[in-house]
Amino acid sequence: MSVSSSVDFENSRKFHLGEGIFRTILLFSALVILITLGAILTILFLSGQHAFARYGVQFLWLDQWDPVRDVYGAAAPVVGTLASSAIALAIAWPLGFGVAYFLTESCPRRLRAPLGIAVELLAAIPSIVYGMWGFFVFAPVMSSAIQPWLTANAWLFWIIVAALVGISLSSMTLATLGRSIFGRIVAGAILILALAGIVYLAVNRTDLPVLPSELNPLWWWFQGAPVGVGLLSAGVVLAIMILPFIAATSRDVLNTTPQLLKEGGYAMGATRWEVVTGVVIPAVRGSLFGAVFLGLGRALGETMAVVFVIGNANRLPDSFFAPTTSISALIANTFPEAGPDTMLQASLFALGFILFVVSFFVLALARLMLRQGRMA
Amino acid sequence: MKFMKNQLRRTAVGAIAAIAALTSFGAVASADEITGAGATFPQPVYTRWAEQYAASNGDTLNYQGIGSGAGTTQIINRTVDFGASDAPVAPERLASNNLLQFPAVIGAVVVSVNIAGVNGNDLHLTGPVVADIYLGRIRMWNDRRIAALNPGVTLPAVAIAPVYRADSSGTTSIFTSYLGAVSLAFQTTIGAGSSVSWRAGIGAPGNAGVAGAIRNTNGAIGYVEYAYATENNMATPQLQNRSGAWVRPNSAAFAAAAATANWASAPNMAASMINTAGQANWPIVSATYILLPKNPTDGARSLKVMRFFDWAFNNGQPAADQLHYIMLPESVRAQVRQRWCQVRSNGQPVWSGCH
Repeated sequence: MSVSSSVDFENSRKFHLGEGIFRTILLFSALVILITLGAILTILFLSGQHAFARYGVQFLWLDQWDPVRDVYGAAAPVVGTLASSAIALAIAWPLGFGVAYFLTESCPRRLRAPLGIAVELLAAIPSIVYGMWGFFVFAPVMSSAIQPWLTANAWLFWIIVAALVGISLSSMTLATLGRSIFGRIVAGAILILALAGIVYLAVNRTDLPVLPSELNPLWWWFQGAPVGVGLLSAGVVLAIMILPFIAATSRDVLNTTPQLLKEGGYAMGATRWEVVTGVVIPAVRGSLFGAVFLGLGRALGETMAVVFVIGNANRLPDSFFAPTTSISALIANTFPEAGPDTMLQASLFALGFILFVVSFFVLALARLMLRQGRMA
Repeated sequence: MKFMKNQLRRTAVGAIAAIAALTSFGAVASADEITGAGATFPQPVYTRWAEQYAASNGDTLNYQGIGSGAGTTQIINRTVDFGASDAPVAPERLASNNLLQFPAVIGAVVVSVNIAGVNGNDLHLTGPVVADIYLGRIRMWNDRRIAALNPGVTLPAVAIAPVYRADSSGTTSIFTSYLGAVSLAFQTTIGAGSSVSWRAGIGAPGNAGVAGAIRNTNGAIGYVEYAYATENNMATPQLQNRSGAWVRPNSAAFAAAAATANWASAPNMAASMINTAGQANWPIVSATYILLPKNPTDGARSLKVMRFFDWAFNNGQPAADQLHYIMLPESVRAQVRQRWCQVRSNGQPVWSGCH
């Protein structure tokens, strides 16, 4: 035993030079990534600096993209990117968490692997395929069935929003003010207000849509020519694309909940729902947010699928159905014709810089939350 | 261990052989090939000509439809043998980069609609009405201005969904030039260009995307290159031309417009065929252009480009007819050959037909 260990020691000393070279190579590989990242960011900023110099911060909220007059503003693509990603998250987050919870807790053991693989396979579909599906299959359904239905039944959406806002606001009030008399009164008042809103919407559901859309902000969001492509279509296609990421990461996160905690909950007589909301979610809350932000990071930069379904209109969206654009879609559409050293090219680089920075912060936040969840 | 080493060696030898084969093939291919890049609008006919030319003569042509702007950039950087652009390049830009511009072939853009219950081929539209649709001023198909043009047709109360090209495109450039020519409002608020700031409608990628969006959407109106509309049996309304006559888009109407263009006085042969006067003229017709360096580093390669287009001018008619492009009038082809004499290598014209 002692002989063999001394031989190992000798060997490691003999290969000291090799060890050093190996370490240098590893260090170099790690540095290459950092240098590349920094170089990309620098190049994006330097190439876009003419746009920043010309417009300043105003570039961010200038709602104009006019190659004929050589005026470029980032408002429409930035808003389009954020809004389509937000819609995607609103759909994929509950769905992905549901899939993950089903797979870890209530799925029959035999179905677990095939279902898990099926969800992960969604991630293997190339984005151009999602785009073509969205354009040739989903958009016609959207234009002929979903959009007319939503336009006619917008009140349902706002009832759901009112209910969700009422419940979450009143529970937040209870959480901050405590279960004192004052807290209970405020929370109750909020619930009554929400209920009144719901009743108002339900009673007036048939009258409100006939108001001119300019007078009725609640209905703006469901107006527009039924073209099938637009903000909502992009959000739905993006949701399907990021679902596997959110589901797979959430599943892994849920699997890290200590079995003891859950069994403790069940032993106390808690129902499955109470264990999820009272034990599992609080234990891994940070990590679950992290899973969502990973999905968001992907949605923000998605290009090919979005080009097909977002409508490619360089205008701010004024409804869920309105065509708009995203940063990556606009760059993909415009870059081939943007000559060198033109304001158009500089503006595209500036847009790329903005997208890079936003994605970077989203991913950094995701990492931070995943790590905090793991430490908790 | 030994097995692995052998395996590794075999793989390495294989990889080196493969790389060597690839590079040598690449070298051979680039030596004989003429390369061109630019507009997608004429790409089908250039590609067909190239196939036939290769079969009859042996020289191969590699044309990449990367867009007019990108093609212009490539020829300015001299990374290809010729560039191609749908919109004529500004005279000062041609001069500063020592480029010769000549027209190669003529094509047309048509309007297409999809309205359930209406035969789109019999629909009548005027330029100003189409412009107002794209400005967002006419929003419904039963608008009285459209109804006034179509007595006897029952137009449904369906919202109009204008469709345009999401990518920068020569087709957009030609179409917006037309709308700008017939509508002052369009010219002042939007203007003409390969990519413009549309006020209404949705953008779809490529001719195929526009065609798909029109097919998908009840109430859609869009514009595509004529060859694309015929291949896909798209409904193409009639337009009123400058002389006040209603014309259906077809080769005869395009040729009539080509014949009335004033080639002789146009600088750099950039004759406009947009909104020309004449009873039979289709109003949205345009030539597409080729850019050649006037001072080629390798005169032999420029000569090959000229020989290719000379062959196409003499033998390209069947392919052009099949794909619904219009050949340049004979007199214009002669003018183009004359202009090739401006391309000089070592002080001598490259083209053989110069005196």
